[in-house]
Amino acid sequence: MSDTKDSRRNRMAVLAMSDTATLVEFWKTLGVDPEFTMPRSPQTGIIGVRGRIGGGGDAFNFGEATVTRATVKLASGFVGHAYALGRDHTKAKLSAIIDALALDETWSARIENEIITPLQNRIKARDQKRAGETAATKVDFFTMVRGED
Amino acid sequence: MYVAVKGGETAINNAHKLLADRRRGDRDIDALSLAQIKEQLALAVDRVMAEGSLYDRDLAALSIKQSRGDMIEAIFLLRAYRTTLPRFGYSQPINTGEMKIERRISATYKDLPGGQMLGPTFDYTHRLLDPDLAQDEATDEPVTRKPDVGRTQRVSEILANEGLIEDDGKNGHGAEEPGDITRTPTEFPMSRDERLQSLSRGDEGFLLSLAYSTQRGYARSHPFVGEIRIGEVDVEIEVPELGVSVLIGRVQVTECQMVNQFQGSAKVPPQFTRGYGLVFGQLERKAMAMSLCDRALRARELGEDIVAPAQDEEFVIAHSDNVQATGFVEHLKLPHYVDFQAELGIVRQMRREYAETNDAVSSMIKEAAE
Repeated sequence: MSDTKDSRRNRMAVLAMSDTATLVEFWKTLGVDPEFTMPRSPQTGIIGVRGRIGGGGDAFNFGEATVTRATVKLASGFVGHAYALGRDHTKAKLSAIIDALALDETWSARIENEIITPLQNRIKARDQKRAGETAATKVDFFTMVRGED
Repeated sequence: MYVAVKGGETAINNAHKLLADRRRGDRDIDALSLAQIKEQLALAVDRVMAEGSLYDRDLAALSIKQSRGDMIEAIFLLRAYRTTLPRFGYSQPINTGEMKIERRISATYKDLPGGQMLGPTFDYTHRLLDPDLAQDEATDEPVTRKPDVGRTQRVSEILANEGLIEDDGKNGHGAEEPGDITRTPTEFPMSRDERLQSLSRGDEGFLLSLAYSTQRGYARSHPFVGEIRIGEVDVEIEVPELGVSVLIGRVQVTECQMVNQFQGSAKVPPQFTRGYGLVFGQLERKAMAMSLCDRALRARELGEDIVAPAQDEEFVIAHSDNVQATGFVEHLKLPHYVDFQAELGIVRQMRREYAETNDAVSSMIKEAAE
């Protein structure tokens, strides 16, 4: 199997961070419609979100967040999982299908190049744009010299 | 004794229809979309998520619309919805040190590494009403500048390098697994982790006033804002099917590191103490109030005299939850007919006795005078 743990973690993360419309758009370009069953249909629940006291101390629970998960089994036997914040069932199902299909060597390269990488680039571009907007609000202090020297 | 009273179904149904009508308002005016609430009333959405203790912008927007903008009602709706969902466990602790920063300021260092980044703040605005906003005026795109790369160092790390400040913080019970007030009933005294959970979902107004009270001398702690940072952080969970931790999205949080006056003991040399605030969304005022309350509530741990309301854990925590508070205050308007009948009987009886006693006394005085 060509798929390593790290690339799978990255794939699941990128899928979770992407919005459904974009996901569907890229998925369509792949032009594939695999048969599948759903051992676990999309299901929404909550997780406790944890922080750390003082930022880096002991953990504490500070709130909850909605999460949706799904598990898909392709006719080929590959099993894909999806977990993402929010309540989007379409996204969870499609993410799990993509995750499963990426385990199939016939598809893994195309999924990486045509779905995951472009999605990741979009996320990076958005982060970069926001970082740039924040950077423009950085204070440049200057000192005023008063009186005689 | 409880006596079941039936009736009023028609009145209730009609009242709810009237509520729906008033919520919609004038039909000639466009209905609010959830997208509009999410985008343009974002800080209201944040407050509902924080105090409703559920990070979900769409649901928070819906609850604001449904409650006609009544924030506590919206928070109540979100809390109620939460209880209908199954629980999938807990996230890994978020790492605010790796935050995608949207705002980051410090009141303790002017030239701190990473700099002061103001972000989208109300600070330095003139607080004059802007008539342009009464219309849908075009808004300029924000200015951009090349961002610094890499992680932004925490202010607490700068002070910690010199040993001038206490460590990030212990929960007080020593166990690795933090307590969860949503799973176990509250018992006092609480550990710091449970207290922080209560404060994070506590009412902003209540915590703000308590924080203010500490500044006015009721448990003074000489606070400085070491750092406030706002931005998105990664949320990861352990996926049991794969046995690895996977990123499942990001949440926006506000963190406040309050730096307070030095403590010292036989074992520890004097150093700055700390209060911590962490909330969902962009809620700077709440995070600051939370950190001041956290510090005040550490009085016992730090060997300080408990002299003020803000230091009284049971007083603060038991009254900070606005859903509980509104439930108990507002239940007073529900039918108490039988209770009240009983009290009426008692007052009548007391008045009779009072009148009889008075009559007896005045006739005695009269007799004595004659």
